[in-house]
Amino acid sequence: MTKTKLFALTGASLLGLMMTANAVNAQQSGYLSFLIDNGPQSVAVAEAWVAAYTEKNPDVTIDIEVRPGGGEGDNIVKTRLATGAMADVFFYNSGSLFQAINPVQNLLPVTNEPWQAGIQDSFKSVVSAGGEVYGTPFAPAMGGGIFYNKPIYEELGLEIPKTWDEFMANNEKIEAAGKTAVIQTYGDTWSSQLFVLADFYNVLAEVPDFAEKYTANEAKFATTPAAVRGFEKLQEVYEAGFLNADFGAATYPDGLRMVATGEGAHYPMLTFGIGAIAETVPDHLQDVGFFAQPGDNAETNGLTTWMPDSIYIAKSSASPDLAKDFVGFVGSPEGCDIRNEAVGATGPYMIAGCELPADVPPAVADMLPYFQEGGHNGPALEFLSPIKGPALEQITVEVGSGIRSAADGAALYDEDVRKQAQQLGLAGW
Amino acid sequence: MTASAVPALKMQRRSLYPGWFYAPAAAVYSVLFLAPTFASLYFSLTRWTLFDATFIGFDNFAQFFREPFLIQGLVNTVIYAVITSGLKVVIGMALAVMLTSQIMARGYLRSVIFFPVLVSTIGVGMTFTVLMHPTLGMINQTLAMIGIQGPGWLVDPKLALFSVALVDVWKGVGLATVIYIAGLVAIPKDYYEAARIDGATKLQNFFYVTLPLSRPATATVITLSFIGGLRTFDLIWAMTKGGPGFASDTVASVIYKQYQAGFYGLSTAGNVVLFILIAVLVVPLTMFLNRKQGHE
Amino acid sequence: MRSRASMFGGIAAIAATFVVFVIPFLFIILMAFKDKQQSALRDFSWPNGFHLFDNLYEVIKTRNWMMITAFINSSLITVVSVTLLIVLAAMVGFVLARRKTRWNGLIEFLILAGLMIPPAVVPTIWLLQGLKLFGTLHGMILIQVAYNLPFSIILYRAFIATIPRELDEAAVIDGARPLDVFFRIILPLLWPVTVTNIVVQSVGIFNDFTNPLYYLPGNQNATVQLTLYNFQSQFSTAYNLLFTNILLITIPPLIVFMFFNRQIVAGMTAGAVKG
Repeated sequence: MTKTKLFALTGASLLGLMMTANAVNAQQSGYLSFLIDNGPQSVAVAEAWVAAYTEKNPDVTIDIEVRPGGGEGDNIVKTRLATGAMADVFFYNSGSLFQAINPVQNLLPVTNEPWQAGIQDSFKSVVSAGGEVYGTPFAPAMGGGIFYNKPIYEELGLEIPKTWDEFMANNEKIEAAGKTAVIQTYGDTWSSQLFVLADFYNVLAEVPDFAEKYTANEAKFATTPAAVRGFEKLQEVYEAGFLNADFGAATYPDGLRMVATGEGAHYPMLTFGIGAIAETVPDHLQDVGFFAQPGDNAETNGLTTWMPDSIYIAKSSASPDLAKDFVGFVGSPEGCDIRNEAVGATGPYMIAGCELPADVPPAVADMLPYFQEGGHNGPALEFLSPIKGPALEQITVEVGSGIRSAADGAALYDEDVRKQAQQLGLAGW
Repeated sequence: MTASAVPALKMQRRSLYPGWFYAPAAAVYSVLFLAPTFASLYFSLTRWTLFDATFIGFDNFAQFFREPFLIQGLVNTVIYAVITSGLKVVIGMALAVMLTSQIMARGYLRSVIFFPVLVSTIGVGMTFTVLMHPTLGMINQTLAMIGIQGPGWLVDPKLALFSVALVDVWKGVGLATVIYIAGLVAIPKDYYEAARIDGATKLQNFFYVTLPLSRPATATVITLSFIGGLRTFDLIWAMTKGGPGFASDTVASVIYKQYQAGFYGLSTAGNVVLFILIAVLVVPLTMFLNRKQGHE
Repeated sequence: MRSRASMFGGIAAIAATFVVFVIPFLFIILMAFKDKQQSALRDFSWPNGFHLFDNLYEVIKTRNWMMITAFINSSLITVVSVTLLIVLAAMVGFVLARRKTRWNGLIEFLILAGLMIPPAVVPTIWLLQGLKLFGTLHGMILIQVAYNLPFSIILYRAFIATIPRELDEAAVIDGARPLDVFFRIILPLLWPVTVTNIVVQSVGIFNDFTNPLYYLPGNQNATVQLTLYNFQSQFSTAYNLLFTNILLITIPPLIVFMFFNRQIVAGMTAGAVKG
C-alpha cells in the first residue's frame, strides 16, 4: 500500500502501470461524487464508508456533498436529476419518494449486481420500478412509533400502552405528576407527521386493502374512519393539553433531548432518532424506550415499519463501474459493520449476513420483537403506494396545533394527494 | 457654442448616443429574463416534469385557485406588502427628519439604522427566529422579567405573518431612511426660509413643506418596498416556511412549495398569478404616485 | 430650553435605537463568543470564556472547508456582476436619458416590468440548462445582472438627466469619439450614483439566497448564504456556530459600507428622489 502511494506521487504514467499491477486484487481507481443528506447520522456514516473504501482503494477519490433534508432536499435531488447534474451516487428515500424521482429515466438499474443477492425482497420491492431494482439499503429498517422516557415510566409505575386509551390514560397520569406528557416539535415541520404516518399499521389492521384502493383513487383518508384516526389522535393530544409549551417552535433535536432527559415523557418519532440520541445525549441513551403507536384494539397491536433509505447510482454517472463497486461495498456485511461502528445499531438490517451487536440500546431492543416471530408489523403507506402528498407536514402542524380539525385536515390531505397522483400521471385520477 | 457647430452636432448626435449601447444589457435581459417569462406563459398551461410537458389548458390555474391556502396566501401577500411599505414610509420619514435635524450622535444613529440592511435576510431571519422563540427567546424572556407573558411570535397563527413583517421593516427601514434623507436634503432651503418668515411652526413646516416636497422620495420608497413586499420570499422562508400550517404563506412561498414538490407546471402558473397580482396593484399605484408628482 | 429638549430627544433616540438595532447585533456577537452549552440557553449573557476563535475554526473547516469555497464564489459573483451591472446600466441609462425616440416608452416599460415581474424560476432553469449555464458561476453572474439591471438603470437614468448635455457636445467638439465621451467623461461623472449602485447591489447580491438556491446547486458552487442554510441543521444544536457563521458572512458587506458610508446619500439624492 505504501509503495503504491509513493508511486502515485511520481507521475501519471507510473500510475497507469501501477493500476495494471493492482488489477489482481481488483483495486478500483477514479473519482466519485457522493450526495448525502445533512443528518449527523448520514454524514458520520458516509464519512466512515468513504474512509474505509478509499483505504482499500487508494486511487479512488470520493467527494461527499451534503444537501439539506426534508422537502428542501427532495427539491435538490429532483432538480439535479432532472438537469443531469446529479452526483454519481446518492442517498435518498425508498418507497413513494423514490417513485417521484422518475427512476427509470434517471437511475442506473442494479438488479443483477452480485450484492443484490443478499438484499431482502421486501426491500427490493420498494426500490423497484419498471421491473428493475435501483436501490441498495444503507441503513437498518425503522419503526415509526413512540419514544418514551423510562425513568418517568418507572417513577409513575406506568405500563407500556397497548391501546390508544391506555396511552391517553398514561398521559393523564404524567400530566397530573406535573410533567410534559407528549413532546411535539413543529419547528421541524416534518416531525409533525408521525402520529398520522405511524398509525398506518392500525389502518391496515382494519382496512387491509386501503393502500391499493387509495392508489386507485377509490379510498380517501377523509372517508375512511380508520384513516382519519391518525389525524384525530394528533388533535386529541393537542386538545388534552399534553404538549410541551414550545411545541410550535421546538425542533427535532430538542425533541430527542427532551425525551432522553425526561423533560417530556413521549415523543412520536422514527427509530432512526436513536442514533442521534446516542450522539447528542449519550448519557441518557439507556433512558429511552420505544413502543408502537397504539391502535384501538390491544389484540392487533403492531408496529408501522419504514424501509431504510437507499443508495442509488445516477444514470448520468461518468464512472458507473466504480459507482457499482462502491455501492456493493456499502450494501455488504462489511458495510454494516462499519455502520455499527460509526453510528451504532438502530434496527434490523435488510442485508443477509448483517448482524446487530449484542448490546443494542433499549429502544432498539424494544423494537426488535415486532420484527420477530409472533410480532406484528406492517409497512408504512409510502411503501405500499407511490403517492404521498407534499403538504402533509403543514396539514399535520395545523391539526396538531388546533388550527384545523382532524376531519378537515384529512379532507385537505386528500386534495393534496390528488395533485401528486396527477403529477405522477397515475391512471384513474 | 457657435452657430456653425450646430448642424455638425445634429449629424453626430446619433453616434454620440449610439443605439448599440442598449445591446449588451438587452441581450442579457432578454435571454435570461424575458425569454423565461414568455416561456412561463406556455409552461403554466402544462403538467411539466422538465423532460416533457403535457398540455392541460387552464387546469393549473384552476388547481392553483383551488389550493385551500392560496386565497389566504393572496390576502397575506397584500397585507404583508401594505404593512411593510406603510411602516417603512412612516418610520423612514420620521427617522430621516430626525437625522437631518441638529440631533446629537447623528453619525452613530445613521450607521446603526443602516446596519440591518447589510445583514443577509436569511441571517436576520435566523437571528430573529431565535429571539422570538416562545419560551427561550430573548424577547419573551425580557417580557417575562417585567411580568408579561409574551405571545408566540412565530407559532401563533394569527401573529406569525405580522411578526415576520415587523422583522422585514426592521431590516429594510435603513434603506428607506437613506432615500428619505436624500429627499429631504434636496429640498431647497428657501422654502423653509419662506415658511419661517410666514411664522410657521415646526409642525406646519413638516406638513406644508417637508411632506409635499419629499413626495418623489415617498414614491420611490413605496414603489420599491411595495413590490418587494409582494414578492417577498426569503425572510418568510427563513422564519416560518409559511407556517404554522399555512398561516403565513404568501404567493411566493406557495409557488416555492409547488416547485419543491416537483409540480413545475403548477409552480409556473403560480408565477403568472403573482405577476398579474403585482401588475394589477402596482401599475395603478405608480401611475397615481407619478401623476401627483407632476402636479407639484 | 430648546437645546435641552433636543438633547433629551437625542438621548431618547440613542436609547431607542440601541434597544431596537444594536441589541440584536450584540446578541449575534455574544453568541459567537460562547461555547456550545452556554449558547444553547440562547440568552443575552456575557460569554463564559473566549471561544470565538474555536468557533471560527469550527465553522470554516466544516464540510471540507466549504466556507472558503463559498467566500471565493460569492466574492467572484458579486464583483463581476456588479462591475457588469454598472457598465451595462450606465450605458443604457445614458442613451435612454439623452436620446428620445419612439422606443423609449417600450424600454421604460420593460425596465418597470423587470422590477415587477417575479422571475419565472423553472423555465429559467430549463433555459440555463439548454445554454449549459445551469449550476455554473457564469450563469449565476448573468442571472444577477439580468435581475438587477432595471434598478441600476433607473438610478443612472435619473442622474444622467441632471448632467448638462452641453458637456457631451463640448467633448465631441474637442475631438473625442463617442465611446470616449461615455467612458472618459460621463462614467466618471456618475461616481456618486455608481457608489449607490455598488453598495446596494453588492450587498444585495452577496446576501442573495434565493437565486443561488435555485440556480447554483452543488458543493463546489456554494455561496456564503447557502453555507448558512446548509449548516443550519448541522448546527441545530450548536447556536454558537450558527451565529459565528452569521457574523462571519456579515463582515464583507460591513466593509463595503464603511468604505462608502458617507457617499451613499449623495448618490441617492441624485438617483432615487429626483426621478
